[in-house]
Amino acid sequence: MQLPPALHARLAGAPGEAEPLPVERDPAAGTTPFRFAARQVRFPREHEFFEDGDVQRHLYLQDVLTQVAGDPERPRVPEFTCQVAGCCQVFDALEDFEHHYHTLHRNVCSFCKRAFPSGHLLDTHILEWHDSLFQILAERQDMYQCLVEGCTEKFRTSRDRKEHLVTRHLYPADFRFDKPRKSKGPATPGPAVQVSAEALGGDQVPSEGDAMEVCFEHTELPPEPSGERRTYGHRCITRI
Amino acid sequence: MWSRRQRRLRPLSCGVEELRCRRREREAALRKARREQQLVSKRLLRDEDPEKAEGYVAVILGEAEIQQFLRLAQRGTEEKEREKALVSLRRGLQHPETQQAFIRLEGSIRTLVGLLTSNQALLQLEAARCLHELSHSEQSTVAEACLPATSYLLTYLSGHSSDFISPHLTVLEALGYALSQLLQAKEAPEKIIPSVLGSPLPQHMLQLLQPGPKLNLGVAVEFAWCLHYIICSQVNNALLITHGALSTLGLLLLDLAGAVQRTEDAGLELVGEELACPVLRCLSNLLTEAAVEAVGEQMQLRDERVVAALFILLQFFLQKQPSLLPEGLWLLNNLTANSPSFCTSLLSLDLIEPLLQLLSVSNVVSVLVLTVVCNIAEKGPAYCQRLWPGPLLPSLLDTLAFSDTEVVGQSLELLQLLFLYQPGAVQAFLQQSGLQALQRHEEVAQLQDRVRALQQTAQHG
Repeated sequence: MQLPPALHARLAGAPGEAEPLPVERDPAAGTTPFRFAARQVRFPREHEFFEDGDVQRHLYLQDVLTQVAGDPERPRVPEFTCQVAGCCQVFDALEDFEHHYHTLHRNVCSFCKRAFPSGHLLDTHILEWHDSLFQILAERQDMYQCLVEGCTEKFRTSRDRKEHLVTRHLYPADFRFDKPRKSKGPATPGPAVQVSAEALGGDQVPSEGDAMEVCFEHTELPPEPSGERRTYGHRCITRI
Repeated sequence: MWSRRQRRLRPLSCGVEELRCRRREREAALRKARREQQLVSKRLLRDEDPEKAEGYVAVILGEAEIQQFLRLAQRGTEEKEREKALVSLRRGLQHPETQQAFIRLEGSIRTLVGLLTSNQALLQLEAARCLHELSHSEQSTVAEACLPATSYLLTYLSGHSSDFISPHLTVLEALGYALSQLLQAKEAPEKIIPSVLGSPLPQHMLQLLQPGPKLNLGVAVEFAWCLHYIICSQVNNALLITHGALSTLGLLLLDLAGAVQRTEDAGLELVGEELACPVLRCLSNLLTEAAVEAVGEQMQLRDERVVAALFILLQFFLQKQPSLLPEGLWLLNNLTANSPSFCTSLLSLDLIEPLLQLLSVSNVVSVLVLTVVCNIAEKGPAYCQRLWPGPLLPSLLDTLAFSDTEVVGQSLELLQLLFLYQPGAVQAFLQQSGLQALQRHEEVAQLQDRVRALQQTAQHG
């Protein structure tokens, strides 16, 4: 449903009534066999027209979580708990849960169980970390491909790639993406920040799932890259 | 090579679909219950947290124990002690035996209602919860015993300061919910609603629905539903209109549309569904009242921005909750049926094309969309002339391919109006194989008279 752009401006505008066009009815309108007459409709409380809305109301009443001792102003919304083993995140909206699932659980490496924000990054990870052929080929040719989807550049070493990401795609200088995990336990990285579409470079704006989430070595955040920063209600920590 | 491998390594996304499936099952059960008129919404404010429950009595209580708890709650020396007594009582009231013992006690309900006027929020809340447990009783005698509490509740609710804000918004929300339950009782139109309308409560309710920084979503939702049940009863809607219900609800609609437009908030789905639904219903039913014409202009709903707001909400419903589209279109029908001004707004704001885009949603939606377009077309040539350019005729021909007789019937009504008021409509209809589209319905009993009449007009003018 495409709304005209002027509509939003009208909503924000001054109150007012439209000057009506002249009304000229023909007596033949609505005569037999036709029966249309413009009329306002009233519905009683039990009318079947209200069924859908009433069902939504009852679902709301059943889902409401009243938190008296806590914050009384917390919006009353159903909660969705992530069912993936070991993850116990709770979300207020289905959309948030879906975003969380796609970001953290959809692109998961079956070898080391790491999650990635996009299929492109999962492919790159599998290639670089779990393919024995990769190391052999990397000695002879440029194999480290750029992490930005759509960029075709390849590099001899991961350090060269990092330099390219920082200079060409404006990634932060202390961005880390290819350090192996030191232990089997969960990583405890610093705050996560999401690089904007502009910072990712390329002409096409990547979709939400394609935006590369990056972590920083230090707890202090570096200056933001140019462009807008997208933040989310939950923190997703991902590294290649 | 790698894409093939990648697909094999990815787990299947099943969590979301399962959630949706569970919700659909619940919806189906609720629909069945509603049709059998057995749908009672239970919204229990229980918090069965074992840590909190420690030290609290949760057994069947006798009259002596109930009396002791009530006495403690009223005259206890410490607030904590008073609250603890009420919590124990409330837990006991979960048992039918305790409920029976409670209602046998003289003045027990009155004592509870008296505690609602306490200046301690937690005492208020526990008293409300005790009433809540009683009102949910399966036993009719217990539910009936709660009825005398209605007038006390109203007195309490109405007796607040002009701000009408309880020390604890949760209390106000719970009371709004309790009132909404009472207003649905069979006796409500005769016994309850007249006393509600006779009190200052309607003005307070409308105050709680005033857009602005003080608007609390949870509270507004409950009192908007209260208003819906009052309006449906048709006891005295003229009173609500003179209190400015139309303008307040209209402004709230603008506010909701503004919120939908401004933010991608997670709680917004709730705003869209839970507050918009009763607000749309209240406005739609109030517009049918004769009293609308009698009140001053500032009390009426004439602001063109209402149409803009409604379309923004329709777009939101289409994305988030399509089941609410008919309710929005019902309001659009009631706005355009008798108002050349609102019809003109739809034309001047270029809203006919977005409206026609809803024709594919469902039969109910299609009928309502076509009805709104008929409301505009029946106002005469000036309106049809503005309607005609664009996708109207192709959309109409598409609806003639529908099998639903109501949708097709409404399309035929619209065609008649266009043939009557729009020069060139017949010619364009013939050029776009309109007669073949009509032929499909020649044998349908409810449609054939109108089909023949249109065929005749198209062929012979």
